[in-house]
Amino acid sequence: MKDILKDLNKAFENKLRLGIMSALLVNDFLDFNALKEILDATDGNLASHLKTLEKKGYVTYIKEFLDRKPNTKYMVTESGKEAFLKHLKAIENLLK
Amino acid sequence: MEKEKYIQDLREIKEIMDRSSKFISLSGLSGIAAGIIALAGSWIAYRYIYTESDFYGYHVVALSSDTLMSLLGLGAVVLIVAVSAGIFFTAMKAKKTKHKIWNSQAKRLLINLSIPLVTGGLLSLIFLSRGFIGIIAPITLIFYGLALVNASKYTHEEIRSLGIIEIALGLISAYFIGFGLLFWAIGFGLLHIVYGIIMHSRYGS
Repeated sequence: MKDILKDLNKAFENKLRLGIMSALLVNDFLDFNALKEILDATDGNLASHLKTLEKKGYVTYIKEFLDRKPNTKYMVTESGKEAFLKHLKAIENLLK
Repeated sequence: MEKEKYIQDLREIKEIMDRSSKFISLSGLSGIAAGIIALAGSWIAYRYIYTESDFYGYHVVALSSDTLMSLLGLGAVVLIVAVSAGIFFTAMKAKKTKHKIWNSQAKRLLINLSIPLVTGGLLSLIFLSRGFIGIIAPITLIFYGLALVNASKYTHEEIRSLGIIEIALGLISAYFIGFGLLFWAIGFGLLHIVYGIIMHSRYGS
């Protein structure tokens, strides 16, 4: 039981962060507005949680210009994917 | 309970994965409406084509260019009305579930649907202009099926099997040239209604 709990990742305890990871895992990339719409989040809230995931190295982004407007595309990193799948596995084991 | 929270988490993860990668507002009623309109169109076309031929004899039909133009017009009207009805019911469903109808998922679905569909449409027009009328039904069914299979990754998974059935139907109709209208009525009418009912019962409208 202790081992299973150890595999649960604190970074994904938050609902919005869990949502961000779920959405990014099944899409090559999503821009800020698409994430906002999917997760029904406010600008500030979404930005701060993205920042947290960035710092952990789970999420990365590229900035582009679309019709001269800045556009930020977010995607999961390899380690983010690994960490999230491990977290899912831990939940599954917990529910067994 | 801790467990309850994690079960809820898993449910939410799955829901977000579906919602972010697929266009899920597609309404079953759209399929039913499109199917009924297609059946009505086929029936009108049938009356139009066979009205002067002997009912008990062989249905040998020679289409004059006038008749052909009327049929093309009928086809265009059926297509426009069916697509409009489809968009209408899907928009209603999106509104009810508070999703946007035009989002990145819808765009992806449409692009992947369009590539085979436009190819098939252009090919049909080319053959039509050369007078190969019999080949039109198989081509439209096959390319429509390919379009559905291609687009099914971006919406409800049932669309994939619908596409495969349309392709099979198209191949069979290529063998039985001359029964194009019948295969059309099955492929665009009957199958849409059946799949519309399935989708409606599974996902609501």
